[in-house]
Amino acid sequence: MSQIQQDLPVSSLELQNELKGKRLPRWAPWAVAGGAVVLALVLALVGAISGIPLIAVVAGLLFVVGETAWSFRVEGRRHATDRFATTIVYTAFVVAVIPLIAILFSVVQKGMAAFSLDFLTGTMRNINARDAGGGVAHALVGTIEQVAMATVIAVPIGILVAIYLVEFGRGRLATWISFFVDVMTGVPSIVAGLFIFTGLILTFGLERSGFAASLSLVILMLPVVVRTTEEMIKLVPNDLREAAYALGVPKWRTIMSIVLPTAIPGIITGVMLAVARVAGETAPLLLTTFLSQSMNWDLFNGPQAALPTMIWDQIASGTDTALDRAWGAALVLILFVAILYVGARIIAKVYAPKTH
Amino acid sequence: MAKRIDITDLNIHYGAFEAVSGVNLAVEPRSVTALIGPSGCGKSTVLRSLNRMIEVIPNARVDGKVLLDGQDIYGEDVDPVNVRRVIGMVFQRPNPFPTMSIYDNVIAGIKLEKRRSKKADNDDIVERSLRAANLWGEVKDRLGRPGAGLSGGQQQRLCIARAIAVEPQVVLMDEPCSALDPISTLAIEELITQLREEYTIVIVTHNMQQAARISDTTAFFNLSGAGKAGHLIEVGPTQRMFSNPEEKATEDYISGRFG
Ligand SMILES: Nc1ncnc2c1ncn2[C@@H]1O[C@H](COP(=O)(O)OP(=O)(O)OP(=O)(O)O)[C@@H](O)[C@H]1O
Ligand SMILES: [Mg+2]
Repeated sequence: MSQIQQDLPVSSLELQNELKGKRLPRWAPWAVAGGAVVLALVLALVGAISGIPLIAVVAGLLFVVGETAWSFRVEGRRHATDRFATTIVYTAFVVAVIPLIAILFSVVQKGMAAFSLDFLTGTMRNINARDAGGGVAHALVGTIEQVAMATVIAVPIGILVAIYLVEFGRGRLATWISFFVDVMTGVPSIVAGLFIFTGLILTFGLERSGFAASLSLVILMLPVVVRTTEEMIKLVPNDLREAAYALGVPKWRTIMSIVLPTAIPGIITGVMLAVARVAGETAPLLLTTFLSQSMNWDLFNGPQAALPTMIWDQIASGTDTALDRAWGAALVLILFVAILYVGARIIAKVYAPKTH
Repeated sequence: MAKRIDITDLNIHYGAFEAVSGVNLAVEPRSVTALIGPSGCGKSTVLRSLNRMIEVIPNARVDGKVLLDGQDIYGEDVDPVNVRRVIGMVFQRPNPFPTMSIYDNVIAGIKLEKRRSKKADNDDIVERSLRAANLWGEVKDRLGRPGAGLSGGQQQRLCIARAIAVEPQVVLMDEPCSALDPISTLAIEELITQLREEYTIVIVTHNMQQAARISDTTAFFNLSGAGKAGHLIEVGPTQRMFSNPEEKATEDYISGRFG
């Protein structure tokens, strides 16, 4: 009896230690990071390495090796692997984000030079390459109209095709449609422009117009909308469809009232990606609506400007003032996409299925 | 309101595989019929054939007759959608519509059936159905909240309310309690006993005590081996089935000496 009682605390202490295991102190990663940076700087001072990128890479490698080795000695293999993988993941994240931040930074910095209220409301009418001033209003209007028209056409068709593929598609036809959607995904944007140019403008004598540009954008948007919508509809649990059928709800009604509303947040995100993709397209616009320096509100008649083509045009002019305008227009384009994106997130949030 | 179901020579295939063969069964109105039997013997298959939900599965084929008060539900110009309005179903896992509030979930069957209905009528139906499902007291102050925010047991009762809101003649239930705790199970069992007054109920269950507690008639299904078709072995009043079954297989299964 007494033997057991004496044993108890000892064995529970052992158990405690066994469960805890040895861990590196919390400050360990920071200490290793600091050490790695100092060591890399020392290497740079003695002249073994030079240049900020190389110093950063060497510091990074020293950190990975140092932390993993230390962890391996103290914590054992599993924790060392864990720390190694964590470092790799964070590194990949930073590497992926650096270009994005760099682009945003330079566009904002350089774009601000041209940015003003006059820039937003003015057009390029009667402004020469060397003149200061000018604005993006005509291009912004063109981009909004062209993208809106493309969205209005592509989104319903894309969603219907996706519904067909998931809910009805069996056999040959579905396989072929699916195949063509894949092929369309790979169509280079200039080919889409060329298709509208030769197919509609040369053959049928359609005038160059913003609408022709919209049609070429439709070709680029469709596969993205179809594929993302398809994935989202597939994610809707079959349980919900069965629940609706069991209530005596017809299939089309089930799709419209149960499946689509459940999938709508994801579909909105997919549509957003498609819009963001085509908003920056330049090549197809050059073929279908070309350039314009003045305001053209009419989507269906005459050349219409757009933000990407305006950027291209200004860069081609090559003067300092034109380059400033190009950066300014780039900033407006990024803001346009960003505002759409935020708007779409808000809409998606409103429609998202809730539990509370 | 409640209707009877008569099943004659029912065979069900999934593609080339015969899942159930030669089932003959009469389901009395205003009664609870329990389908029991080992896993894979075709209970769900038979149940889903009773409201043509089986047709949702692409390669399923049904032969034989299922008569609802004498009308063949597989008759030539019978619309499965209409069959399902008359014969409702509750599933194993609670599946409220995630985009809808509690209120909208209950009224879903009526709204989605494109019938335009007055708000006052809807309020009435929602209250009546939720009361019938023993859920009214728990949710009456939060009808506008999402149905997916309820507990599992409450969700299942919500699904039952949704099923009876369209006023079916028959309610089919496929293991409605298997995802629930004992208290919720008890609530649902009480509910089934109440619903029995007005509806014809067919329930699949793996819980022998449950079958014994709530059903009037018990049908025992079995399959003679892996990859073979399931058969109806024996059917009779629940009391007799549990106290004095005719077949040895039934007795073995019910007393747990199975396999
Ligand atoms: N969609 C399907 N396609 C092909 N075969 C199926 C399908 N659903 C069920 N089966 C087969 O039909 C047979 C009967 O299945 P069923 O689901 O009716 O059994 P069950 O009695 O309900 O079993 P459980 O008690 O496990 O739910 C099984 O052999 C099963 O593999
Ligand atoms: Mg089953």
